[in-house]
Amino acid sequence: MEQIRAADLKPAFDEMNGFGQGVREPYASVAEWLKSLRIEDLRKKSAEAELLFRRTGITFAVYGDAEAAERLIPFDVIPRIIAAAEWRRLTAGIEQRVKALNAFMYDIYHRQEIIKAGRIPAELVIQNSAFVPEMIGVEPALGVYSHIIGIDIVRTAENEFYVLEDNTRTPSGVSYMLENRETMMHMFPNLFAENRVAPVETYPDNLRKTLESVAPENLDTDPVIAVLTPGLYNSAYFEHAFLADQMGVELVEAPDLVVLDGVLNMKTTQGLCRVDVLYRRVDDAFLDPLTFNPDSVLGVPGLFDVYRAGNVTIVNAPGAGIADDKAIYSYIPEIIEFYMGRPPILKNVPTYNCRKPDALKFVLDNMAELVVKEVHGSGGYGMLVGPAATKEEIETFRARVKAKPDNYIAQPTLALSTCPTLVEDGIGPRHLDLRPFVLIGDEVRLVPGGLTRVALRKDSLVVNSSQGGGTKDTWVLQD
Amino acid sequence: MLGRTANDLFWLSRYVERAENMARLIEAGYRIALLPRVTGDDGKQEWSSTLESAGCAEQYRAKHGEIDTRSVVDFLLFDASNPSSIHTCLATARRNARAQRTALTREMWESLNGSWLEFQTIRPETLRADALPRILDWIKERSAGYRGALLNTILRNDTYHFSQLGTFLERADNTARILDVKYYVLLPSTNMIGSGVDTAQWESILRSVSAHRSYRWVYKDSYRSWRIADYLILNRAMPRSLRACYTEIDNALDELSLLYGEGKPCLGTAKSILAILDGGDIEAIFQSGLHEFLLDFVARNNRVAHEISEAYYFNA
Repeated sequence: MEQIRAADLKPAFDEMNGFGQGVREPYASVAEWLKSLRIEDLRKKSAEAELLFRRTGITFAVYGDAEAAERLIPFDVIPRIIAAAEWRRLTAGIEQRVKALNAFMYDIYHRQEIIKAGRIPAELVIQNSAFVPEMIGVEPALGVYSHIIGIDIVRTAENEFYVLEDNTRTPSGVSYMLENRETMMHMFPNLFAENRVAPVETYPDNLRKTLESVAPENLDTDPVIAVLTPGLYNSAYFEHAFLADQMGVELVEAPDLVVLDGVLNMKTTQGLCRVDVLYRRVDDAFLDPLTFNPDSVLGVPGLFDVYRAGNVTIVNAPGAGIADDKAIYSYIPEIIEFYMGRPPILKNVPTYNCRKPDALKFVLDNMAELVVKEVHGSGGYGMLVGPAATKEEIETFRARVKAKPDNYIAQPTLALSTCPTLVEDGIGPRHLDLRPFVLIGDEVRLVPGGLTRVALRKDSLVVNSSQGGGTKDTWVLQD
Repeated sequence: MLGRTANDLFWLSRYVERAENMARLIEAGYRIALLPRVTGDDGKQEWSSTLESAGCAEQYRAKHGEIDTRSVVDFLLFDASNPSSIHTCLATARRNARAQRTALTREMWESLNGSWLEFQTIRPETLRADALPRILDWIKERSAGYRGALLNTILRNDTYHFSQLGTFLERADNTARILDVKYYVLLPSTNMIGSGVDTAQWESILRSVSAHRSYRWVYKDSYRSWRIADYLILNRAMPRSLRACYTEIDNALDELSLLYGEGKPCLGTAKSILAILDGGDIEAIFQSGLHEFLLDFVARNNRVAHEISEAYYFNA
């Protein structure tokens, strides 16, 4: 069947075909498989996958539209494949990075050595809205703040990987990683017979082990874990329920919890039951109306006091957002050097921080070639993709950056790698990224692979699901 | 288990049972409404009884006023504003299931979710009359599928017990109300062997609880009013009888007490109802008043439900 030819592409590295020199080793088997299929077969399988997702209920309701069918994040049936050696190299960089991020958080909520050493401006941390002053001096279990980190990685060449972003607060998407694999194994068992793909189903078990390892000390019973969800109408609800189910722990909402006698309790059919570790998928500000936002109905009054006293562990800790702030991002290479004593193994995208005068000048002069992002923003909005923008759009954005330089960073446009994807005209290359999920507790646990997000629109670099992105199954091959 | 989970499981089961019962009710009503020589009024009287049995007569009248087959069927099947319509039952059950995904097995979830997804593809406006029996069959089938998935896959712990309580409290309530709405048809009259009208009505009652054929297996006789009442109230073998429901309710509460290590007031209340049904005699019931008996039963049944929700912190 027809593939869109390499000659029609912009020069991006294709995960299957590289820069056009032929099928890369990890894709050998899948390339053969694709050649043997008709497009209609693939489309049928695609529809089958959608049906499976609907049956499982991996859907979310669109806010404000009670009558609409629930939405799905599109799933592409062609896997994204990573060689064992490639993954090993990534693993070393990922582990180094998450350890450095946690060391950074410990430091800034205690002695702030990195600020005293002049490596990071104080105001960038202290006046950062993600910095939670209430956390100063708190001793989280094992000194870990962010137990679950999703690292967004992009690739530009065979051996060129960059971290686009860290997600240290409430990273989501791991349920898609797991359900995508489940679906692929259900639909294409032969592929798994022919390719040695490392398993990912150990994630819930690893998550549970991680959570147990950070339970308060000196408990007289096995630690009780609960997952706190904002509820049914949250777009990530399926994942909250899924993880609770896979771990065999309770899924709770705020009304199920109460602080009594200095501990956190959940309301069971037999009365109150103490909770030791709370995996919360609720933002910092909403965790505790007595300490944070007083209007929150998603949190538990008094929870933070219990936490500070060491009688419950909150995962990820409040205040962990300081490490994934876009303004801090450009200092991460510094951070890694400072705490790990070595240069970063995994590189940051070169970033111009507009708060610095010379960087600001460069950005204003070269806006047409850069991607300019708001420091406080998410979901791919509040961003200018220079090469894709009109003159008017560039001018508007330039004015905004001039007005508030502190709120902007810029990066060169990266030609994100592409991967064959089933699209309207057949199989064509689409840009993608990779989000491995790292667990940090008594150990760093990393499940091979992660979530691959793919921009479904031709030439689009925006992979977020809220803007039409889809996902693929991610394979890490075993030697 | 969270109190909220027990609450949601209990109500989920009630709503699945309610949907199934509603399908039977509509089926029975539809049959009679199609027999003009029996009703002589396009089934208005029969539909009125159906609406009473379903507990939504007032709401129907407020919304539609006049009774006609099309409007009643629409109201009972598709009306989202009717808390007892099949639409509402399926939507609520599915919503509860979604809220308690971790308590259900995959098969149970897929059964409910699948029912809901398929039900949404039905377009009431374009529905033809001859499609009705098929839809009602489908509902009973889906409900049975859910019960099957539950019985085959659920752990026999509190998840199971709260589900059972929901199912059988709803079932008992349903049977009692169906009987009560038509109790006058079952009263002894000078004409002990029923007229054509009575027979049709008796058959309708039995059909509403899918008992019109099994009756003959048990009694080897034509329909007799007092036997019908006996069958639906006291017979231990008839799966929808009040007695059979209370066997299950009593069992579930016993098991919960064992599981949790303590008995609650609801257990005592349930046992006293069981004792009444156990020692019951249909003649004595008719003597003291069938209608009164049924009203009393419904009230006691509600009390058990209320005490369960208190005992197990449903609304903590």
